[in-house]
Amino acid sequence: MRFIFKTRYEQDLQFFKDVPTACSYALLGAALLAAPWVVSEYYQTQLVFVFIYGIVGFGLMLLAGFTGQMSMGHAAFLAIGAYAEAYFQARGMPFVVSAPLAMLLSAAAGVAIGLPALRLSGLYLAIATLAFGFIVEEVLARWESVTGGNGGMMVAPLKLFGGTLNSSWGFYYLCLVLVVLVGVAMVNLLRSPTGRALIAIRDSEISAQSMGVHLARFKTLSFAFSAAITGLAGALYAHQIKFLSPEQFTVLVSIEFLMMVVIGGLGSLHGAIFGAMFIILLPEAISTAKDYLPDAVADQTGLKATLFGIIMILFVVFEPRGLYGTWVKVHAYFSLFPLYKRGMFRRQRAYTRSERVH
Amino acid sequence: MIDAAQLLISGAAIGCIYALIALGFVLIYKATEVVNFAQGDVMMLAAFVAFSFASLLDLGFWASLPLAILVMAVFGAAFDRVLLRPIIGMPTFSAVMITLAAGFAMRGIASMIPGWGTDTHSFKAPWSDEVIRMGPVIVSTDHLAILAVTALLCVGLYLFFKGTRVGMAMQAASQNQLAAYYMGIPVRSINTLIWAIAASVAALAAVLLAPITFVHNNMGFIGIKAFPAAVVGGFGSIPGAIVGGLIIGWVEAFAGFYLPEGFKDVAAYVVVLLVLVIRPSGIFGQMRRKKV
Amino acid sequence: MRSGAAFFEIDRLSKRFGGLVALDEVSFSVREGEIYTIIGPNGAGKTTIFNLISLIYPASSGTIRFCGEDLLGRSPEQVARLGIGRTFQNIELFAQASVLQNLLIGRHVHVPKNPLAEMFFTPAVRRRELESRRAVEEVIDFLALQAYRDAVVAGLPYGVRKVVELARALCTRPRLLLLDEPSSGLNVEETEDMAYWIQDIRDELGITVLMVEHDMSLVSRVSDRVLAVNFGKVIAHGTPAEVQSHPDVVAAYLGH
Repeated sequence: MRFIFKTRYEQDLQFFKDVPTACSYALLGAALLAAPWVVSEYYQTQLVFVFIYGIVGFGLMLLAGFTGQMSMGHAAFLAIGAYAEAYFQARGMPFVVSAPLAMLLSAAAGVAIGLPALRLSGLYLAIATLAFGFIVEEVLARWESVTGGNGGMMVAPLKLFGGTLNSSWGFYYLCLVLVVLVGVAMVNLLRSPTGRALIAIRDSEISAQSMGVHLARFKTLSFAFSAAITGLAGALYAHQIKFLSPEQFTVLVSIEFLMMVVIGGLGSLHGAIFGAMFIILLPEAISTAKDYLPDAVADQTGLKATLFGIIMILFVVFEPRGLYGTWVKVHAYFSLFPLYKRGMFRRQRAYTRSERVH
Repeated sequence: MIDAAQLLISGAAIGCIYALIALGFVLIYKATEVVNFAQGDVMMLAAFVAFSFASLLDLGFWASLPLAILVMAVFGAAFDRVLLRPIIGMPTFSAVMITLAAGFAMRGIASMIPGWGTDTHSFKAPWSDEVIRMGPVIVSTDHLAILAVTALLCVGLYLFFKGTRVGMAMQAASQNQLAAYYMGIPVRSINTLIWAIAASVAALAAVLLAPITFVHNNMGFIGIKAFPAAVVGGFGSIPGAIVGGLIIGWVEAFAGFYLPEGFKDVAAYVVVLLVLVIRPSGIFGQMRRKKV
Repeated sequence: MRSGAAFFEIDRLSKRFGGLVALDEVSFSVREGEIYTIIGPNGAGKTTIFNLISLIYPASSGTIRFCGEDLLGRSPEQVARLGIGRTFQNIELFAQASVLQNLLIGRHVHVPKNPLAEMFFTPAVRRRELESRRAVEEVIDFLALQAYRDAVVAGLPYGVRKVVELARALCTRPRLLLLDEPSSGLNVEETEDMAYWIQDIRDELGITVLMVEHDMSLVSRVSDRVLAVNFGKVIAHGTPAEVQSHPDVVAAYLGH
């Protein structure tokens, strides 16, 4: 078991907790860099999806996991980023221009829903974001001159700086670089005053205010940044999928994202990545298991939704901290062996008391 | 003028469906502070169950109706007992996530059941597909049935909550769970009962709606519009659910007729966003404030 | 501070919740550098006074002035900026964060917040983080919280959490500190410590303390002046000895 003995304040500010942690991440990084040479094209694509959904996860985690603002319409930001990217690329802009623009548009949308939602919390906020998601979906379907409506929109090949990025491994590295950058930015934000202000808002708005946190400003900021990050994922998504249509961005997709971050582990950055891995691995696992299942069950498209729902319920009931929580427990088990105790991570129960003032 | 009258009635009818679904989750919310996002899917299951009794088992409408309600009541009770009781004491966010996930699972399982699947099935009431003339206005019997049943149900529920001890116990449990426990109120059993009632209401809504929209796997999505209805009326208020449902129904009916295409689908959501910005507690809603 | 203006004064403050009158024309003033305590039976309106000062809800009428600045009409986060810190009766800490993170949030009004710079963790951001870390460590030393620095608040015993709540308020470097029942839920030893700390806060840190308290021995021990309220009205004020022997106060507590 490692015990970190700190003697300087700088040690509190280190990016990696200690050297072994830094080494594990370095190894992971090396593995991901080497992946295109080692794995097949198919798994490379799956990894790209993990990166893209990971970025979505980061965005949603910032808003829901760290600021405590439930968002049931997050696919709207993905859509805005994707369609904006397609629109700008079709007009010849390189990625380094179109992607930031797409992020800016998504951020604007984030502010558009964030501002009216400032006084809302919990259920009302969820319904407001739900309504927002539906409205954006409908606008995408109707605004045919820009989005091609229900008929969909083709996405031009990615132009990075000037030349076209045709290779799939080029796109892989672009996504890898971006997911790492976003992850680092998030870690930095969360260990800084702004990040702490957001967490304060999540845990207790009243005392956050008495510490001087300007609720409106930081909630709006959280919406804007969360939307921008998700918009970036949308821009990448557009190039991966190559064809956009409004059905890819329904409220069901938003709810899937929410389930993704909860299964991954709400309130931790790792949770975003774990959630993304889960959402990609689930269909994989189903197709692998197809050989062992009776045809009647295996062929159904409903199987994925059913398993998704059941697994989610199991996590909420038995492992509320999600996949990351399981990871932490397993890690603690091995590093503390044989001193690990089952009750180590147990939380206190609280009973509901209505906050309604009758 | 006649058009307006027609729209009022058809709008009220669809509004009552929203109201019935909203009623289901408002009941649950009032009792347990849990939002049941799967209420629409419960209705979908109810429709399939009724369809199975009526067509697959050939029992006809009048036998299927009470059977479906019974089955769904048991389902609702089981849902609470199996899924929600273990998480008493956890934040309500967990319960909400469970209902969201359950919705997914219900749709998935329903699509895999032989005889159900992803097809559209027909389910008609004995009075279906007829029209009644009230002066110059033509009203479909399905719409009329919806209005009549909703009104009867409202009266019945009102009497239940105001007049029975169980109703009072439910109100107590909804305000302070821990104190209710201490008072000897069997809070968990009451919650299960509420879920059974809410599922039964969904079953009623299913039987009324199915003749109009047919029975299919995505039928539950209509339930999402019930949320704007509940918010407009005031979330947590039972009369609010009804009034909100009617308002949304009317907004949709008139938007569909007078506004360009596409507005009808988003009308409910635009209205709810406006309400949330201007007066989040809705028409009959209650103010919330955290005591420090 | 404008000359002649009292350090902190409340003038005819009233609050009605619907038909219930929680506060009825309460007036008092606090001198700089003193420990001023408000006592009264439960439901007398003491915490309501604090909530009105923190602008958690608006007053029905009356004024609150801090160093000549009118508080009413401002927004809650401005109260912290002006130099008023507070603790909460029911402990409103950030439960899933560590003690250190809770305390660092107390520094919010003293650090500039620039999200874009923070995402890159520029040297300026780093420098400010170290400053905050150093400032927070002073408070940790003052209240002997070293052992709990990295502990997650949710797992700490109640007595420690109350101290963390106090520490967090101190990190905002207030000039006026509002303490809402600092000794509630504490045992005898913890209350002793609290008494010493409250005095040290006044003597070493030069912070004026406005306190709501039930524990009479603590009140007599640390307070310079006391205000007694009952049913939202002031019934006595003066030194601890004067107030505790006042007939109205005795009646209120013993219920004649």
